[in-house]
Amino acid sequence: MPAITMKVNGQAVCGDVEGRTLLVEFLRDKLGLTGTHVGCDTSQCGACVVHVDGKAVKSCTALAISCADSEVTTIEGLARNGKLHPMQEAFREHHGLQCGFCTPGMIMAAVDIVKRKGKKLDEDTIRHELEGNICRCTGYQNIVAAVKAGAASM
Amino acid sequence: MENFNYVRPAKVADAVKAMKKAKDGKFMAGGHTLIPTLKQGLASPTDIIDLGGLKNTGIKIGAKSVVIQAGTTHAEVAASKELKKAIPGLAALAGGIGDPHVRHKGTIGGSVSNNDPAADYPSACLALGATIHTTDRKLAADKFFTGMFSTALKDTEIVTAVEFPLVKKSGYAKFPNPASLYAMVGVFVAQGADGSARVAVTGAGPGVFRVADMEAALSRKFAGSSLDGIAVKSKGLNSDMHASAEYRAHLITVMAKRAVEAAK
Repeated sequence: MPAITMKVNGQAVCGDVEGRTLLVEFLRDKLGLTGTHVGCDTSQCGACVVHVDGKAVKSCTALAISCADSEVTTIEGLARNGKLHPMQEAFREHHGLQCGFCTPGMIMAAVDIVKRKGKKLDEDTIRHELEGNICRCTGYQNIVAAVKAGAASM
Repeated sequence: MENFNYVRPAKVADAVKAMKKAKDGKFMAGGHTLIPTLKQGLASPTDIIDLGGLKNTGIKIGAKSVVIQAGTTHAEVAASKELKKAIPGLAALAGGIGDPHVRHKGTIGGSVSNNDPAADYPSACLALGATIHTTDRKLAADKFFTGMFSTALKDTEIVTAVEFPLVKKSGYAKFPNPASLYAMVGVFVAQGADGSARVAVTGAGPGVFRVADMEAALSRKFAGSSLDGIAVKSKGLNSDMHASAEYRAHLITVMAKRAVEAAK
């Protein structure tokens, strides 16, 4: 079993993986970072979105070994010194969730949108950019409001 | 998912070597078709040869053509300011593949090599008259795509780049499946430098195909109204839980018109 190293949320980590070990399995099962969720497991729902080398990707559709020596950020890596990231705070403030299952992926996707499109986001852009993140509770209304507010405060 | 040996070569020659050595090897680009296929047990290769280590990305705009390296992601193609000017339809197509996260991983080389019957890129390759560059040769798109999930590629041959001739106008319109975001029907239209038009359809049939009647009409006049009354026969088109063959046939004309109207 090959050993890989990776930087996850700023910390160097290493672990043994099989070729078939998915990035999300490595994060959840090896590192105990269970904030990243597996929803559909078919790269449609976006609950598993993390950032690899600064880009949002679906960790259920990436091999851990392909991400060796990359920098990975998960939902656990957003808060700083016990203070929520502005996007997390906006989801709390605007109640951008009901059951919360899709929320980590939503927030990681939202931070990625701001990186690519800037802090001033209109509703159409947010809805379009969230195409790869599915929520079955909220009807998206408050998620869109949260992303808009979170983006502005980033 | 069955386990496999994994290698990530840094040079394309080493990737070919690894494939020759493997019992039942598969090349992997972005992995967004291959990994789901492995999960479902539809394939269980002994070796995965990850092409991500080749780092062959980039878009070069020349005097007569644009060359896109095989490892360039859909996100990079969609975001290229130069490409948006040179072949706007192609940049727009890339920006509509899957969703943002998929576009960060999926590559043009992977998409054309896989030749999914509902993938977007094959239609652009065929309509623009692209040339597929491989480790062994250069192939016209018309010769490259040979049917459902099949291409002219040999087992040990790797796509290295795709070259698109510059055209007067290009446009793409698709009707995506709302769940998978794959094209139920997608149509790419191009008006070549000499004024002749090419029309290629994806998602509707077992593989990407051209529509001669539409090409003739658009070569006379490149306008949406030129397609009035041109219907594609439903015989041989895909029919599944998402859409019947008749519905797909109807969508081809609708999407073709939209593509012409969107063409720049």
